[in-house]
Amino acid sequence: MHAMTPPPRKSRVASVVDTRAFDLLSLTIAFVLGLHAMHLPWWLGIALALILGWRWWQRRQRTGRVPRWFKLPLLVLLVLAVIAHYGSIFGRAPGVALAVGLLILKLLETESARDVRVGISFACFALMAALLFDQGLIATLVVALGLLPALATLRALEPAQAPATLQRTLLPGLGLLLSALPLALLAFLLVPRLSSPLWGAPSPNEARTGLSESMSPSGFTDLLTDDRPAMRVSFDGAPPPANLRYFRAYVMWNYDGSSWSYADVVNHAPAELKAIGIVGYRISMEPTHQHVLPMLDMPLGAPTGATLRADRVVMADKAVNDPLTYTAQSAIQYRLQPELGVRARNLGLSLPVGFNPRTLALGQQWRQRYGSDDAAIVQAALTLFHDGGFRYTLAPAPLGHDAMDDFLFNTREGFCEHYSSAFTVLMRDAGIPARVVTGYQGGYWSKYGNYLLVRYSDAHAWSEVWLAERGWVRVDPTAAVRPQRVSLGAAAAADGQLPWYESRWLQSLRNHWDIVNRWWGQGVIGFDTLRQHGLLTPFGIRDVDTATLGVLLAISSMLFIAIGLAWALLRRQVGDPLRAALHELERKLARKGIVRRPSEGPQHYLSRAARALPGQRDELATLMRCYLELRYAHDEPPPESLRDFRRTVRDFRVVRVVK
Amino acid sequence: MRGTLQRVQTWAERRLPALTRYRRLESLPIELHRRRIYIVPTGFGIGFSLLLLVMMVGALNYANNAALLLTCLLGAASAASMLVAFRSLDGLRLSHVRAGHAVAGQPIELMLEFDSHRGRSAIRVDAGHDSTAFAIDAGGSTQVKIALPTVRRGWQPLPRLRLWSSWPLGLFRAWSWLYPEQSVLVWPQPETAGPPPYAAADDARHMRLHQGDELAALRDYRAGDPQRHIAWKASARHTNLLVKDFEQPQSRPQWQLDWRQLHGLDHEARIARLARWLGEAQSQRHNYSLWLPSNEIASGNGPLHYARCMSALACMP
Repeated sequence: MHAMTPPPRKSRVASVVDTRAFDLLSLTIAFVLGLHAMHLPWWLGIALALILGWRWWQRRQRTGRVPRWFKLPLLVLLVLAVIAHYGSIFGRAPGVALAVGLLILKLLETESARDVRVGISFACFALMAALLFDQGLIATLVVALGLLPALATLRALEPAQAPATLQRTLLPGLGLLLSALPLALLAFLLVPRLSSPLWGAPSPNEARTGLSESMSPSGFTDLLTDDRPAMRVSFDGAPPPANLRYFRAYVMWNYDGSSWSYADVVNHAPAELKAIGIVGYRISMEPTHQHVLPMLDMPLGAPTGATLRADRVVMADKAVNDPLTYTAQSAIQYRLQPELGVRARNLGLSLPVGFNPRTLALGQQWRQRYGSDDAAIVQAALTLFHDGGFRYTLAPAPLGHDAMDDFLFNTREGFCEHYSSAFTVLMRDAGIPARVVTGYQGGYWSKYGNYLLVRYSDAHAWSEVWLAERGWVRVDPTAAVRPQRVSLGAAAAADGQLPWYESRWLQSLRNHWDIVNRWWGQGVIGFDTLRQHGLLTPFGIRDVDTATLGVLLAISSMLFIAIGLAWALLRRQVGDPLRAALHELERKLARKGIVRRPSEGPQHYLSRAARALPGQRDELATLMRCYLELRYAHDEPPPESLRDFRRTVRDFRVVRVVK
Repeated sequence: MRGTLQRVQTWAERRLPALTRYRRLESLPIELHRRRIYIVPTGFGIGFSLLLLVMMVGALNYANNAALLLTCLLGAASAASMLVAFRSLDGLRLSHVRAGHAVAGQPIELMLEFDSHRGRSAIRVDAGHDSTAFAIDAGGSTQVKIALPTVRRGWQPLPRLRLWSSWPLGLFRAWSWLYPEQSVLVWPQPETAGPPPYAAADDARHMRLHQGDELAALRDYRAGDPQRHIAWKASARHTNLLVKDFEQPQSRPQWQLDWRQLHGLDHEARIARLARWLGEAQSQRHNYSLWLPSNEIASGNGPLHYARCMSALACMP
């Protein structure tokens, strides 16, 4: 007897991935690299791109892992490069650089399907990490786009598929993502947010431009050309008119001859305020990594988590590292600090010794001419700015040691910073207490979104002078030179001086687009614990706690799973309507015990049914004849006869069984 | 690991009726439906969900809602891929199984025909150690060849077939067992060496395979007949061409293979020897007949005749 054991067979499933899956993986990784290119040092980005391209080319020539002696030095080099550039491998930027580098090195040893899957998982992680730098709408959409090649790679790993086209490669992933979107949104709404982070929140590595605590000659120009949104303001009632949209941030007393600075005086009570016109509003501000919260004109109080400081400047307890929304009330007409103490008065008059002699002389000359009429001196200064040949420009000539003398008597060109600074120095020289205020002025009123968009470029500086019985009064000397700055906004004032990408029509396009950004910022980025807990307020549930959220999430997930299952179990009746009609008839007869045998043709079966149901013999005979004719007398049964046949079958009732 | 898994599986099939239900043989066609499709995450699926969990905790920790949204999106897409995996098997139909011929010890080729209303991709069928992947177009059918190892001659039942797919993302693996009620006939293994049925000199004189030279009759011309065979004179008297037909003499030797000749051998050895003789007769294009205790097959040749004889041998008790 020849009983032979079969030889062990090798599995036919290939362990080396084909070129297509590898190409798609390379594409995914290239996408990740492109997304992170801005955050990486340029030399590292180029080096990684070269390695990626080389590996792709090499894999096309010949499959096989890159030898270890080649890979290990690269790994060491990568870690050294990251440490050399960032000083550490921990933290957001070095961590991401390391992750992207490792991802590309992973490609060097990618041969099997398992390697590809690991690479794709890692690539998904790196994609998400890009959102740590920017979680705007566009950035998020781009990252979502990166999921398409990732999903396509996973699909390409499966064996036996229809031949691939670009459409068949990327579209199914898109369909999958779109069909998953409702569940994803639901989970996004209901996944309980953490009220406090589990471990340290990321520290901001890059300082954003924004209003700073000091105002130096060149510091403002960067700000005035930065047109990213700084904050968005919605008002309870009608928005205040354009010339009253002053948002105060810092009040600056100290002048050292070149720059103004803010000194935080913690233990001083806020200055006394008599409010007349009150406006309620809500501000959503972008993270600035600073403490100051800009307020419309003169705030009545500070929002929670912030304090009102001496000069009615509002400081948050924590630096604003995430988008923040706060509500407040402010006075547009008011009387601030009608009684000025001696110390404050001295501070409001102090000037560095030995600077700006010509300005000092001018101030003293005005004091002599107008006597004790402070208002007349203010007017004289404004008249000087208006009629003295001054010019508004974002690119002024540099100023020398006596900066204000240079500005007032030589260059006579500058922007808000120069004007407010010169005005304040002039006032102090004339013996009027004065200070510089920085903040934002103007903004774009979005009719459709019903909110005011304030950009960094709307940053502005102005002055406040103390007049007897009126208290601190705002004076905007820039308005004397260029009234448009106040009435129309920064872009109008800087007409013709801005780069092409800030030209007027583009700006207006961007202003409209900002509605979408705001919606994204408020609906998605700003969806925090507080908003989540108020989620069900429209349904009468005031505060949803975490447990309820969990239950809701579970219930609604089940709902979605049920919908998904229903879809999965759905079997469309496809194909022949005639056969479907016959099936229906068979079902009806089968219910009465007349089951069609597998070997039975329709004629035999229906004759048998007619014999079993003598009462409906004629009916069944007609049906049989119709069926046979429809089936065999035509290539394509005429639609009206078919419809008749289907109707007859539908109306057919088995009345009585005599067996 | 694998052994443990198999033991667990055997135990589960013995103890859990839901799993053993389809241990019974089923008649073709077999259509897959929801009650017989199982689905579990793959190793990659588990790893990927852990990664998603890490990403979600990170996004929550850093209060990064955009990352959270995309993590949710990826998670929901993964869950949806589970349904797609299920759907890639649901409604699939095994309509026919055709078997090839093989002698014991060699793998036998099975042709499985699947059809489906929907188009499907990346479905794999495992039979024993063999795994083959296939795809089906919408409304079409596909024939899948698998090789089945054989051990001994005779009727061999089909093993349980496992249909499975990890389409589309490899995160979930859906599978179903098929146990078609069909057997394949495995021919006996011929012995490797042994005496020929007849002495070599016996049939050397019969080795002419060409046409004979005795004129037997005239017949109508058929396309392809050589010109020199046309009976021109006879054709002139008829309306159509006539061809001289030459009779085939008994050019092939007649091998009479007989069970009774083989004394002194045991049962299987007789079968093995007859199998070898059948093979030789077939390859040398002899005519041969076979006598078996249960069956007698008249003289003939050609692959069909060979298959008939081998099948008769295979069916020997």
